[in-house]
Amino acid sequence: MRKIGVFVCHCGTNIADMVDVEKVVAASGRIPEVRYAVDYQFTCSAPGQDQIKDAIREHNLDGVVVAACSPRMHETTFRNAVGSAGMNPYLVEMANIREHDSWVASDRDEATRKAIDLVRMKVKKVAKLEPLEEIVLPVTRRALVIGGGVAGIQAALDIANTGVEVVLVEKTPSIGGHMAQYDKTFPTLDCASCILTPRMVEAAIHPKITIHTFSEVVESSGFVGAYEVKIRKKARSVDLVKCTGCADCLEKCPVKVPSEFEAGLAERGAIYRPFPQAVPNVPVIDREHCTYFLKDGKCGICQKVCPTDAIDFTVEDEIVTEKVGAIVVATGFHFYDAANYTEYGYGRYPDVISWLQFERLTNASGPTSGKLVRPSNGEAPQTIVFIHCVGSRDPSKGFPYCSRVCCMATAKHAVIARSKLPDAEIFSFYIDIRAAGKGYEEFVRRAIEQEDIEFIKGRPARVIEKNGKLVVRSEDAFSGRPIEVEADLVVLTNGAQAQDEAPELAQTLGIGYDQYGFFSELHPKLRPVETNKAGVFLAGMCQGPKDIPESVSQASAAAAKALEILSKDELSREPQVAEVNPFRCTGCMDCMEVCFYTAIEEDEFMRRKVAKVNPGVCQGCGACVAACMDGALEMKIFNDEQIYAEITGLFAIPKGARKAGGGESAHG
Amino acid sequence: MGKEKDRGYDPVIVGLLCNWCTYAGADLAGTTRIKHPQNMRAIRIPCSGRVSPHFLFTSLFQGADGVFIGGCHPADCHYTSGNYYARRRFALMKSLLDFVGIEPDRLRLEWVSASEGDRFAEVVTEFTEGVKALERPHSLKRDGLES
Repeated sequence: MRKIGVFVCHCGTNIADMVDVEKVVAASGRIPEVRYAVDYQFTCSAPGQDQIKDAIREHNLDGVVVAACSPRMHETTFRNAVGSAGMNPYLVEMANIREHDSWVASDRDEATRKAIDLVRMKVKKVAKLEPLEEIVLPVTRRALVIGGGVAGIQAALDIANTGVEVVLVEKTPSIGGHMAQYDKTFPTLDCASCILTPRMVEAAIHPKITIHTFSEVVESSGFVGAYEVKIRKKARSVDLVKCTGCADCLEKCPVKVPSEFEAGLAERGAIYRPFPQAVPNVPVIDREHCTYFLKDGKCGICQKVCPTDAIDFTVEDEIVTEKVGAIVVATGFHFYDAANYTEYGYGRYPDVISWLQFERLTNASGPTSGKLVRPSNGEAPQTIVFIHCVGSRDPSKGFPYCSRVCCMATAKHAVIARSKLPDAEIFSFYIDIRAAGKGYEEFVRRAIEQEDIEFIKGRPARVIEKNGKLVVRSEDAFSGRPIEVEADLVVLTNGAQAQDEAPELAQTLGIGYDQYGFFSELHPKLRPVETNKAGVFLAGMCQGPKDIPESVSQASAAAAKALEILSKDELSREPQVAEVNPFRCTGCMDCMEVCFYTAIEEDEFMRRKVAKVNPGVCQGCGACVAACMDGALEMKIFNDEQIYAEITGLFAIPKGARKAGGGESAHG
Repeated sequence: MGKEKDRGYDPVIVGLLCNWCTYAGADLAGTTRIKHPQNMRAIRIPCSGRVSPHFLFTSLFQGADGVFIGGCHPADCHYTSGNYYARRRFALMKSLLDFVGIEPDRLRLEWVSASEGDRFAEVVTEFTEGVKALERPHSLKRDGLES
């Protein structure tokens, strides 16, 4: 039989005033498993803890119940105390006779009876506890950042600046993300490239950062502290080391395809670099369009003109494996395809353009060197119409959410347009103006009051071409009348959408995502950058629409959370985890279904399928234990038999207890 | 039994409280000294999703008059979805109780957050009164279903 010690705390008068502590000690002493029972004024104090330690040594105890305050208050205190006396720290339980008893009861007898019951329940539970060891997990002190936009760059730099190695993976040929395409940023009208490109270079030359561009994560295994990630480095066909970035090859390429970076407003070759400030500043061959690949080795002009012999048509995709301890996901977003709004004629009328096209048309490094012109004829527009919420707040298109940044982006565009065309008429059709942010409302007021932008509340119904003009038909919600504007240029502010491949990446990493494809944070308020997968964190638009300052803040937060793991060689955690008894498991995998943390995987045992819990991933909620039909899942600290022991302990009144006058149970 | 008659019927209630919300809510009821009936004996569990129907029936067979399950509010579960599993099992346990002829009102599931000490006292009072109102002590044990 176990030898359990019971230590009843007076908590000054907090407990002793309402609970007859002496009676609790006497009743405890009558429980068969109890070897020693005693009370003390303040059991949590140093002498109180010494009382426990001495008793453990003297009576050779192998279990302790402290009847005092809530375990949420002092469980750790008493675990440490018994640990220092050489007892396993997981053989302690606290009977909560303060918060759950003396502080809420109005009758001393009743409170005393309850305390006696609570102690007995805990004694029975402790009798079933097993000694446990903390789970210690080794940590690979490197981080992976997926996505090289402003959020990914920020996270990578924050982590690397602490001396921890970072692997940065970017899908496209250059880091920089959408921000590299923007002209200016709201509400300060900072030049986007001027603030972003130095950070790109900083990341590129950072001794602790390895960048894989034109690469994708294809596989991930392991758990917090020890992930193994496979990355496909797509064949670039241009040697990153040999290439000097002279760009001779770009001029000679005979192929012309629309440039993604210029949002289709300019062309690029089959060998191209996205933009002149690209990092790395090394071109890539787009094999889908390259004549060499399409026509069996004909062409090869770029190879001939390359002065450093950097071009190699024979390279193939390569899989690299990186071991990391934490992962920051910052894969960003893509703009809603405005062509889905057929009523606005995007893709049909050349002068109906998108957000990004507007950015490129006003950007000094864009195809028009920053001259804002109509794409159809190259002339300056006299009347410009902006339309908000194209692909946002529109349930009929499947995107009921607000993209959050477009109101401010449109105000920014309108102010930029005004600076370039002082005499133009500029209209902005909106549903609501959402300008919550530092200096944001002031910026919108500036657009309305100082820049003479006419904001009209209404969602346009149609844009039609008439006599070389674009007629925008809408309702003016304030006057309640229909309104028509004859425009030269219509700019659709298209909303933010989750990346198409986001669900696939979520499944690869084992993290959650919502109905729109945005990755799910662990808790909307208190754990905004963590995911259900320990060691995987989120930053930027991939988690939901947000602007640049928010993305950067979230990236720094994700970096801090990653460093919480990476700052140590080992992670230790409470052993409160589930465990499969493979002899009982029938391999139905119901447990895998209910596990939110994807901690359960299939395993083989005696040539049959069984479930297996990965203790590094398990968070100890016990959902799988309750779901297991075969009783094959067990759980540390809160196992079935331990909970049964508490329940039955409530009714297991020792013989003769009532005669002794303890009044030991509320039950008759 | 004699003593019981003197006091009137005093039910025994087993509480299964999730560590993150309801157990903490019960702690807060204590910290803020909100007096309420003391019939419940709370057992701390990691999550309401940990509750197996066996806990309910073990309690009733042992002689409990009621079982109270406390979890986090929907969407607030520390483990994200445990309370939803609890809710589904609760519906099944209710109908199972009805099926075997035990008043379903002997079982209650409540969402109480860590900041709702007053609400904890309120729902526990209400449930205790409700179990008392069932008039007779629960008697599975005495009827010999559990030896």
